[in-house]
Amino acid sequence: MTAVEAGSAFNTAVSFVTNTNWQGYGGETTMSYLTQMLALTVQNFLSAATALAVVVALIRGFVRRSAAGLGNAWLDLGRATGYVLLPLSLLFALFLVGQGVIQNFSAYQDVKLTEPVTYQQPKTDAHGQPVLDAAGKPVLDTLKTDKQTLAMGPVASQEAIKMLGVNGGGFFNANSAHPFENPTPLSNFAQMLSIFLIPAALCFMFGRLVGDMRQGVALLAAMTLIFIAMFAVVQWSEMHANPLLTQLGVDGAAGNMEGKETRFGIVASTLFATITTAASCGAVNAMHDSLLPLGGMVPMWLMQLGEVVFGGVGSGLYGMLIFAMLAVFLAGLMIGRTPEYLGKKIEAFEMKMVSIAILITPLLVLGGTAVAVLSKDGLAGLANPAAHGFSEALYAFSSAANNNGSAFAGLSANTPFYNILLGLAMWFGRFVPIIAVLAIAGKLAAKPRLAVSAGTMPTHGPLFVVLLVGAVIIVGALTYIPALALGPVVEQLQLFGH
Amino acid sequence: MNDMTKPSSLPQHTPTQRHARALALFDPTLVKPAIAESFRKLSPRAQLRNPVMFVVWVGSVLTTVLGAQALAGQGEAPAGFILGIAAWLWFTVLFANFAEALAEGRGKAQAAALRGSRRNVVAKKLAEARHDAKVTVIDSASLRRGDIVLIEAGDTVPADAEVLDGVASVDESAITGESAPVIRESGGDFSAITGGTRVLSDWLVARVTTNPGEAFLDRMIAMVEGARRKKTPNEIALTILLVALTLIFLLACATLLPFSLYSVKAAGGGSPVGITVLVALLVCLIPTTIGGLLSAIGVAGMSRMMQANVIATSGRAVEAAGDVDVLLLDKTGTITLGNQASAFLPAPGVTEQELADVAQLASLSDETPEGRSIVVLAKERFGLRGRELHDAHFIPFSAQTRMSGVDIPAAGAVREIRKGAAEAVKAHVEALGGQWALAVYDAASEVARRGGTPLVVAEGKRVMGVVELKDIVKGGIKERFAELRAMGIKTVMITGDNRLTAAAIAAEAGVDDFLAEARPEDKLKLIRDTQAEGKLVAMTGDGTNDAPALAQADVAVAMNSGTQAAKEAGNMVDLDSNPTKLIEIVETGKQMLMTRGALTTFSVANDVAKYFAIIPAAFAATYPQLKVLDVMRLNSPDSAILSAVIFNALIIIVLIPLALKGVKYRALGAGALLRRNLLVYGLGGLIVPFVGIKLIDVALGVLGLA
Amino acid sequence: MKTLIRPALTLFLLLSVLTGLVYPAAVTGLARLFFPEQAAGSLIHRGGEVVGSALIGQSFSGPRYFWSRPSATSPMPYNAGSSGGSNLGPTNPALRDAVKARVATLHAAQPEQTGPVPVELATASASGLDPDISPAAAYYQVERVARARGLSAAALRTLVAQHTEGPQWGMFGQARVNVLKLNLALDQQRP
Repeated sequence: MTAVEAGSAFNTAVSFVTNTNWQGYGGETTMSYLTQMLALTVQNFLSAATALAVVVALIRGFVRRSAAGLGNAWLDLGRATGYVLLPLSLLFALFLVGQGVIQNFSAYQDVKLTEPVTYQQPKTDAHGQPVLDAAGKPVLDTLKTDKQTLAMGPVASQEAIKMLGVNGGGFFNANSAHPFENPTPLSNFAQMLSIFLIPAALCFMFGRLVGDMRQGVALLAAMTLIFIAMFAVVQWSEMHANPLLTQLGVDGAAGNMEGKETRFGIVASTLFATITTAASCGAVNAMHDSLLPLGGMVPMWLMQLGEVVFGGVGSGLYGMLIFAMLAVFLAGLMIGRTPEYLGKKIEAFEMKMVSIAILITPLLVLGGTAVAVLSKDGLAGLANPAAHGFSEALYAFSSAANNNGSAFAGLSANTPFYNILLGLAMWFGRFVPIIAVLAIAGKLAAKPRLAVSAGTMPTHGPLFVVLLVGAVIIVGALTYIPALALGPVVEQLQLFGH
Repeated sequence: MNDMTKPSSLPQHTPTQRHARALALFDPTLVKPAIAESFRKLSPRAQLRNPVMFVVWVGSVLTTVLGAQALAGQGEAPAGFILGIAAWLWFTVLFANFAEALAEGRGKAQAAALRGSRRNVVAKKLAEARHDAKVTVIDSASLRRGDIVLIEAGDTVPADAEVLDGVASVDESAITGESAPVIRESGGDFSAITGGTRVLSDWLVARVTTNPGEAFLDRMIAMVEGARRKKTPNEIALTILLVALTLIFLLACATLLPFSLYSVKAAGGGSPVGITVLVALLVCLIPTTIGGLLSAIGVAGMSRMMQANVIATSGRAVEAAGDVDVLLLDKTGTITLGNQASAFLPAPGVTEQELADVAQLASLSDETPEGRSIVVLAKERFGLRGRELHDAHFIPFSAQTRMSGVDIPAAGAVREIRKGAAEAVKAHVEALGGQWALAVYDAASEVARRGGTPLVVAEGKRVMGVVELKDIVKGGIKERFAELRAMGIKTVMITGDNRLTAAAIAAEAGVDDFLAEARPEDKLKLIRDTQAEGKLVAMTGDGTNDAPALAQADVAVAMNSGTQAAKEAGNMVDLDSNPTKLIEIVETGKQMLMTRGALTTFSVANDVAKYFAIIPAAFAATYPQLKVLDVMRLNSPDSAILSAVIFNALIIIVLIPLALKGVKYRALGAGALLRRNLLVYGLGGLIVPFVGIKLIDVALGVLGLA
Repeated sequence: MKTLIRPALTLFLLLSVLTGLVYPAAVTGLARLFFPEQAAGSLIHRGGEVVGSALIGQSFSGPRYFWSRPSATSPMPYNAGSSGGSNLGPTNPALRDAVKARVATLHAAQPEQTGPVPVELATASASGLDPDISPAAAYYQVERVARARGLSAAALRTLVAQHTEGPQWGMFGQARVNVLKLNLALDQQRP
């Protein structure tokens, strides 16, 4: 394999460090086994463990009274890796191999085809440039082969942490749609479960650490509510066939199967799409670019909400806690007290940091998309025309800035323009909120913990859950409605509006 | 403090007087200057203080320029439309200015009413702290802290001061509205005198404690006046949130231009969204409702405090009042009425009715609660009615005699009736050559032992008997405490009484806890311990020995009648010196925060409807399909945008009364309160603009403007 | 500063070795021990030759074979060294054109089928390597293959039924037919 181009290397490095795992490249065609393991698998572990350490620091900020410190980050990092991520990954990897996920260091395997394949390929000259005919179209060579080359590699070990660490970067380009990554409906189910495993468990850890399990359950309930509603929308959308295709005589009963795998069908694909974007995983088992407009809008919007619906390992919880502080601030005022969450007053400094954390991603997403649709380089990458092309750019920046990593993959993102812009979006989208969260944690830890009374706003009941869901949805909706209206909403109306 | 010889230690609520001072919400005397002030506040420097409204201001300027350009024939849209938007954006800014100006005007009017009493007066400055030292007559405005002044009967107290020498009765009605004069003397807890009050009898030598302009009242006035007003911590936090929301919408609107350029190219039709429409959308989305009313809410909170005759030394204190978890309340005056006559204990040879009759006569002119209670008791027991006494000469309580009473000319002789503490009456009777009855002494001791206060009555040199005064729990106080409990506020009664008495009163009053036999240091310890549990504590105090506790408490209300040290240590001064006021203070603090939260929620919830109005309108030409989102079925794209902008401006005016009066306060637990306010202001905020924008659109249609 | 960087570097190196080398090696070792077939790619051997993987689809376009789903990999369909989907959006004219061409090809190859085309045969899969089609898509092709191979349609239907896999554990996924296995069985039945 040839050396990776600099822009792509920057993008990929940022991508894996930030737990985004956006991939501008196809794994099987670009990366050696050693790069995949040492650079990517390691970062899969470390970026997840880092976010875990951050969220633990934040929780300590809530728990500790008038304290100066937040604990030892190195120790937390080591614990997260050694006690949680590694053992779970080992077990899960073996389960996946049992289902058919490959795990070897063999060379790519040649297979003799049962029926030879004839195909066409653009002719290239000595410099690798396509040869054009008189009309300016590329000249095509017709070739025939009776050989299929199966990409191999240590897939299961990376697959396990890719899911458990909510990283999402596939060993192969097709990610979890690839049969070697996700061979059976059962492996698919287990992968979905493993995405949510740690983010959901962290809610319980939170409850336990703050000494009130109901606090954690409330966060989990808020996440679950949004998730179920969003899944319902994607599922409803994808059950419909593309009316443009049924007009051509395609059976509409089975729904929209473009970009989906037969073994998963509609339900397991839409569920996966919702889970992978609710959590900041970004692994895909269906091509989101080919989802129907509303079906594609939901994953996009779930990311735009800030990856707080379960979200990433650690990052989901701290993101949700940011929203909890926002919700508490508004609600606290409404009951006539200086807002407090878990006994800590939410004051000007906290609001400043909360604002920064909430502001940075819209800035990156909307700003980035604006640059992309204004510039020639940006427009050149769009694979689909019209409103869908806009959605591709919007999705790319939503995914990068929120560290998801999934894509409307038609976008040719492996160009210097996108590699650098998206790399920057990933970097700032990851670390600015982390800095804000750590600043809040430090400030909170130094505060005394106030006692709970009947005058304290309860942050564990259904009312708070509704409030929290409202805060997440309203902020997400108000920020992105105009952009979404010009992308998926209008496309949906164009497709079904008649 | 519950020595009965100190009259009027229990000032009562005087609601009628306070309300007389309150102005109608849109009082013409306030509205006119406020309108003028709204235009004056259009200066960019004034606008910069409020980032949200500054954005509107910039938008107004921008659209005005675009409108002028359109008039010149090069507009991006019809001039009428652009100028219509520009006009309403200017109105938005003006309405917000008006709200602020109106609140400031009210605050200043109230402060002026309070300050009315402190016109400059003549001060008699003493060369040294002696009654007979050399006197220089100067203007009160030139007094400085530390100056010594002499105030004699009939003089107005020239500045806040502390009594060094002398005892005098002082009329504080100008400040407190309470007509009964109070005694001021050096040392102890009754040594502070307030500028503007009047000395009625005797003389005082006092040291001035504040420089002109530094008095509490002046500080309070500074807090409602725009330029010098500092934002409170919570106001700052909320402003940060509002700025963040503004930035988000700025981003959403600014990026809409490139998005729309792409869309026009992609759809192959329509025209890019204009700057005017983007500005209109931005102004509609940013939280102008709360942004425009935020400072008015804060000023109104201060002004409500002043209306309650409470002067806060900082806005922070008012806010903290809303957070209080524990109220420390002095028993006497706050929880109990203090001493009320409960029994007549006649001396040997005197009937109960005779004693009652004499005691009533002695009290007819006595306006203290004790005096009134004696009149009432005599009436209840023996049907003795209050009588008009002609030619009677009333002897008011004086600090020297420590007795009060009446001289009634009757059949050539004069009936001299006196009542007072046992010691004072004994001295009086013996001076007249009368006999001090041992039985009366025993009765008085017995009353004292029961926790009551004995008042001895004598006619001439004849001791008539003892009136028993008992501590009575105030009516309605139990319900008040129950409300506080529902709000999550704990009440602790502080009393010097022994545990038994304290427990009985605590149970009767329904307080959550009590501290008996409390010394000042116990109070301080209680506050520290409570704070260590993570609770915020509020208390009232008046004595110098209360100062450390006042300084430690999170909300500390000093009685105006208290010492200078107490006032310095506290962060609020109650001009009425009414300890029950603490409860009102807490409510006012809560109300201010609630109003902010409610209007913020309302403001943000409004945005949903505005999106439904503007987005389909803005992109009608590019993507006609988006018409589906126009659920309000508005007349035209222009009318939709204009209606949203008009609604956005008018809602500020509509909500001014709410901002100034505050969200109605209810004694509910946090959960119930939140549910209620979320329903009213959250859900209401979602629905109201749909209706409002539609109505405005219909009106524009009818007027042929759209 | 040194006190910050040293533990960071040490920890990074330690964790890199642990998660980047030890962990994959351990998984590989254990996988070879417990699941050697699967770890190697679930390869199908015929006469000493590897003829495919049970998990990776192959392209079939002749009348004698059941066709797999359209594949969007390049340069050739079912390129197992470069997986991927078409990424065509639902309103993209290119999608419409591609589907139109596929429907036309199907109609030309099996004129007897006039009903709606099973959606799997008209749309590209996510991986481009989808080994399966739905039973409906398989039955749709039975007449054509029977005609080309001179087999009875009924026998072929039985063969399809034999190769139909129900939802896993009765609850995960949906019924499907592995095209490669079906075609290999076909060749075995009548080469």
